[in-house]
Amino acid sequence: MTSFDARRVRADVPLLRRKINGRPITYLDSGSSALTPRSVIEAMSRYYELRHANVHRGVYVTAEEATATYEGAREAVGRFINAPHPNDEIVFTKNTTEAFNLLARSWGAKNLTKSDAVVLSVMEHHANIVPWFQLRDEIGFEIRFLDVTDDFRLDLSNIDEALRGAKLLSLSSMSNVLGTINPIKELAAKAHQAGALVAVDAAQSVAHTPSDVTDLDVDFFCFSAHKMLGPTGIGVLYARRELLADMPPFLGGGGMIADVSTRGFTPAKGVARFEAGTPPIAEAAGLTAAVRYLEQLGMANVENHERELTADALQRIESHFGDQIRVIGPHNVDRRGGVISLDVEGVHPHDVAQVLDQFGVCVRPGHHCAKPLMKRFNLAATARASFGPYSMTQDTDTLLEALQRAVELFG
Amino acid sequence: MSNLEDLYREIILDHYRSPRNRGELESPPALRVEGFNPLCGDEIVVYLDVTNGTLSNIKIAGTGCSISQSSASLMSAAVKGKTLEEVHKIISRFKQLMTITEGTLEDGSEPEPIDLASMGELAALAGVVKFPVRIKCATLSWNTLVQGLDEIPA
Repeated sequence: MTSFDARRVRADVPLLRRKINGRPITYLDSGSSALTPRSVIEAMSRYYELRHANVHRGVYVTAEEATATYEGAREAVGRFINAPHPNDEIVFTKNTTEAFNLLARSWGAKNLTKSDAVVLSVMEHHANIVPWFQLRDEIGFEIRFLDVTDDFRLDLSNIDEALRGAKLLSLSSMSNVLGTINPIKELAAKAHQAGALVAVDAAQSVAHTPSDVTDLDVDFFCFSAHKMLGPTGIGVLYARRELLADMPPFLGGGGMIADVSTRGFTPAKGVARFEAGTPPIAEAAGLTAAVRYLEQLGMANVENHERELTADALQRIESHFGDQIRVIGPHNVDRRGGVISLDVEGVHPHDVAQVLDQFGVCVRPGHHCAKPLMKRFNLAATARASFGPYSMTQDTDTLLEALQRAVELFG
Repeated sequence: MSNLEDLYREIILDHYRSPRNRGELESPPALRVEGFNPLCGDEIVVYLDVTNGTLSNIKIAGTGCSISQSSASLMSAAVKGKTLEEVHKIISRFKQLMTITEGTLEDGSEPEPIDLASMGELAALAGVVKFPVRIKCATLSWNTLVQGLDEIPA
């Protein structure tokens, strides 16, 4: 049994006690980075206070404890996304971006040739675009983009054509600008039928909806800890066991080898092959704590809570501001997460965010590392508000109050 | 605490709503220079006509926030019709306005007070330094102008 009470989550996050410009902080930038509960901070402190040692090296007690802490995170993450073989499938990276770079440089460089194609979408974050362009510029394969419809959904009208002869479909499970949740399971089935593998950018969805790589039947799944109440500096690449076993190393150095001589090296087997150098150990401890915290809340509860908040916010923004503020994203909460991009008539997103800051409201202005999507809707930028499990309707109250001031100031 | 009113002075809002010298000049003969702020996607295009050592005409195009747009408008009004020597002086005073904040300099000396009265409407931008992330918005058009002036053969 899980219980969910946003007020309790709020009380667990020390940062939410801060005042900004004389007002309690209204944190609406969880899509950028979600705030850390105390248990996560304490888990990292415990590592530094009690078992700080390097991993996979020493034979002394604290070194063994550090290794157990680090490897324990693999188990926790595997459980969280329902990976069948965590020890052979969960690779720790720096963040989602590094996970995609690893995927491109390892699996991509080995498997893609000039005559191949990779399918992306216009709503992808640059992290799932630029690494493929970099590799394309070296190898010369084709990159195809699925378009986005005028009502902010993935345009699947030519999906069969796009997948024809493709080796990989790499898609975001939730847009970091639109909030749109993509039908990954259906698309994975289609892609597999067409002979393509499936990679998912789950950075935005992982803290807001349940994740199940087995049920989705996807091959690669990338996300960052700091968007799921965990620490910065650690991310995850899940790769299906048989695929991972065949992938060459990405970064070279200590820890990723079986043997090194003056003639060359032999890479280690398994996930160790991808984790050169001392890994983020304290961060792994924090990630485990974040997973436990989210498991206690129950991801289905988090999803329901955020859906209610989003429905309420969308309805109130529309009824209060009408045409003055346009929501760049689906207006229906069906298959939609708590990311709300706003285009305020006549007010630049930077000015919106500046006025909001005076009310202690934290939102993100800019192109959100999704320039192809911005171009698709003829926007230079938006001001984006995004919810977390600690968000409550009082946050929306303050957001509306501050937006009203922005509209008045520039109107 | 810095107030919104420090940043969004009436003059700034006025220049944002009714930008001066907005438009394009045929290039060539006019010099066309582009400036970008990759962080926020703002872009500005400055057109310059220089005749006999005088900035005889200037036009501004592009998109951006109220600070970058009003700063560009204020700049165009301040430098239009001035000799290049005067333009450089205005630029240098504006840069001083954007860099020197209250207090003492690193060497312990008091900063030379800026004569805001001599700066005319440009003085309205003084509040921007209290919002450090917005300084790059205010300086975008000025850096673009400097880049253009550097391209003019001596």
